[in-house]
Amino acid sequence: MKLLSFRGGVHPPHRKKSTESIKVERAKDPATLYIPLQQHIGAPCKAIVNVGDTVKVGQKIGEAQGFVSAPVHSSVSGKVKAIKECPVPGGKGLCVVIENDFANEIHESVVPKGNIDSLTGAEILEIIKEAGIVGMGGATFPMHVKLSPPKDKKIDTVILNGAECEPYLTADHRLMLEKPESVVYGLKAIMKVLNVDKGYIGIEDNKPDAIEAMVKAAEKESNIEVVGLRTKYPQGAEKQLIYACTNREVPSGGLPMEAGVVVNNVATAAQVYESITTGMPLVERITTITGSAITNPNNLLIKIGTTFEEIINQCGGFKEEPGKVIMGGPMMGLTQYTLEVPVTKGGSGILCLNREEATLPEPSNCIRCGKCVDICPAFLQPLFISAHSLKYNFDRAEDYRALDCIECGSCSFICPSKRPLLQSIRVAKREIIAQKRKQSK
Amino acid sequence: MDSKLIISSSPHLRSKEDTSSIMRDVVIALIPATIAAVYYFGMGALGVIISALIGAVASEALCQKLMNKPVTINDWSAIVTGLLVAFNIPASAPLWIPFVGSVFAIVIVKQLFGGIGHNFMNPALAARAMLLASWPVEMTSWVTPGPDAVSTATPLAIIKGAEAIDMAKPSFFDLLTGNIGGCIGETSAILLILGGVYLLYRGVITYVIPAYYIGTVFVLTLIFGGFDVANSMYHLFAGGLMIGAFFMATDYSSSPMTQKGQIIYAIGCGALTTIIRLWGGYPEGVSYSILLMNVAAPLIDKYVNPKVFGEVAK
Ligand code: SF4
Ligand code: SF4
Repeated sequence: MKLLSFRGGVHPPHRKKSTESIKVERAKDPATLYIPLQQHIGAPCKAIVNVGDTVKVGQKIGEAQGFVSAPVHSSVSGKVKAIKECPVPGGKGLCVVIENDFANEIHESVVPKGNIDSLTGAEILEIIKEAGIVGMGGATFPMHVKLSPPKDKKIDTVILNGAECEPYLTADHRLMLEKPESVVYGLKAIMKVLNVDKGYIGIEDNKPDAIEAMVKAAEKESNIEVVGLRTKYPQGAEKQLIYACTNREVPSGGLPMEAGVVVNNVATAAQVYESITTGMPLVERITTITGSAITNPNNLLIKIGTTFEEIINQCGGFKEEPGKVIMGGPMMGLTQYTLEVPVTKGGSGILCLNREEATLPEPSNCIRCGKCVDICPAFLQPLFISAHSLKYNFDRAEDYRALDCIECGSCSFICPSKRPLLQSIRVAKREIIAQKRKQSK
Repeated sequence: MDSKLIISSSPHLRSKEDTSSIMRDVVIALIPATIAAVYYFGMGALGVIISALIGAVASEALCQKLMNKPVTINDWSAIVTGLLVAFNIPASAPLWIPFVGSVFAIVIVKQLFGGIGHNFMNPALAARAMLLASWPVEMTSWVTPGPDAVSTATPLAIIKGAEAIDMAKPSFFDLLTGNIGGCIGETSAILLILGGVYLLYRGVITYVIPAYYIGTVFVLTLIFGGFDVANSMYHLFAGGLMIGAFFMATDYSSSPMTQKGQIIYAIGCGALTTIIRLWGGYPEGVSYSILLMNVAAPLIDKYVNPKVFGEVAK
């Protein structure tokens, strides 16, 4: 198999060994769940249950507000204890707090919806929308929005992202090994919605067993191609993935659909399968719990709303004092200040680093080695953007195309002087966007 | 316990490589040629090297102390500068010459401009230019390798015949191994290439600058030398081309950032070197060419912007 790739990128250590061969297990259900009303990019949901109500598994508890939004559902049966502000992975947010009655009663609305052949594309789209499916790789963009491109955009290709290029994470890897058919089924469903007949599943070549499993599962599908990708970060970034598979460059500032492509994560596709065949909305997900501070690293199928603390305890707790707890992977994940935060739809990993690994390196002078320029997958010159940003010279940062930064973190990773490159580029991006807003008003 | 969790923005993983590991690699890459220099030129070379190192490290430490900056002599960069200064000086030079050269390189070229990463010229080459202008006699009294160190000329001066030197040019083999007259570091081409390959392997430098630099010299000397391949090869291995191409022109802060910029810069270095060697009044052109291109580097960076991913070609 020819390996596909993009230009630039870095080779962080994989650190996947400790969990890549552990079968996904179901996490123990917690007594109390905190289900955030916003687990997606877009408008937060409005709660449609009240304190004291009983809810069942799969019951909708938050209604989407507007088009770019996705409903949320209860992941257990029990009683609504409160609807209040709680810590969530991105800070604080409104959560529906549910007391689990451990009866696991399934809601009436959860019934099989049919199959790909009997359903029309529009019906599948409606199922996806109602199931609250969002990008489960971490981006959490509502899936039905992605699958509803404007009429003038001709989509001809769907790519499933199975690269899992973030170090440490193995959730997608395990999914592809254990349920390859559901991934393929999900892809077919997505292709039907978009009415395209070319599908790719891109997987990094450090997961040969996953490639093999997916090839086997897609054997009979002549229009689905499983492609091996060179193991390199950020191979799974949308634009880089599209380039690797189709050789098309998404225009600067544009969305993948402008290259005629829609990208989804493999976990998202598998969820589409679940929601069609069982009717169960997105209420649980596979998450990798790993890192130097965790006693027993694991891949768990977790009910959304379960706190990190609960999960970490199930993994034997900490074996040494944690320095950082991150939702997601080490390259793009978010650090958490408390373990009370719940696992959400986009939570692909809980990464616990020990003190030593978590300590921030001391930055020194830029030695102008050019490594950040060499590896930037967006072909930017991070050192200049960062330097201008640190001098509050945001116009110059914009001239150096700060807005094209995909925030992959490769530059900060590679910099021998440990400069906070991405960190300062983010500041510049925020300022530039704020400026633009002001001007357009 | 919760409150002790560190909050920071991504990425949370950093590469192992840091400034000192890079500089240390450069020192490692220079070791074979250093040993060869001492082997060929004996104690004189050793004295020059040690004097340059002391000058570099001591002045860096002193400077940073005086400017109330953290002292960073353990990042190995002063050692690199010291070694490169020594490599640019003949083994017969009096010991104060390398010392003065190093102090100049560190204090004037590096620290006054803001320390590591801010020098706009290669410090060692700037020091060489300064020394050559100030003490031309001490800087150009070449000796033959070996214990009896008779005075000699450099191979390039011999083939140029500029100074009416009546001497057979050294054999190609001597050129490769370093058994020739010249600065300490202009000698063993093979060992310098070995060091360069090590730097390439370690990812400290990329092939771009050395390849385009050396390639340009080869092509131009071939064209203007009457398509005499042997003569062109001679140009490659004689003089400071190898050390210049692998160790000096690749200096991070005084070369362009982008690959395209580096290609322009390296071709410029190669063209200037050839012009100076063939038509200039001076037999060796490497150091001045690199210095000139160092000055041009910011300009190159300014005008060569890489095409951003997804940018429509203009
Ligand atoms: S990688 Fe770091 S040290 Fe090198 S040029 Fe970029 S910012 Fe400077
Ligand atoms: S500048 Fe942005 S896109 Fe480029 S390497 Fe850094 S984080 Fe990635």
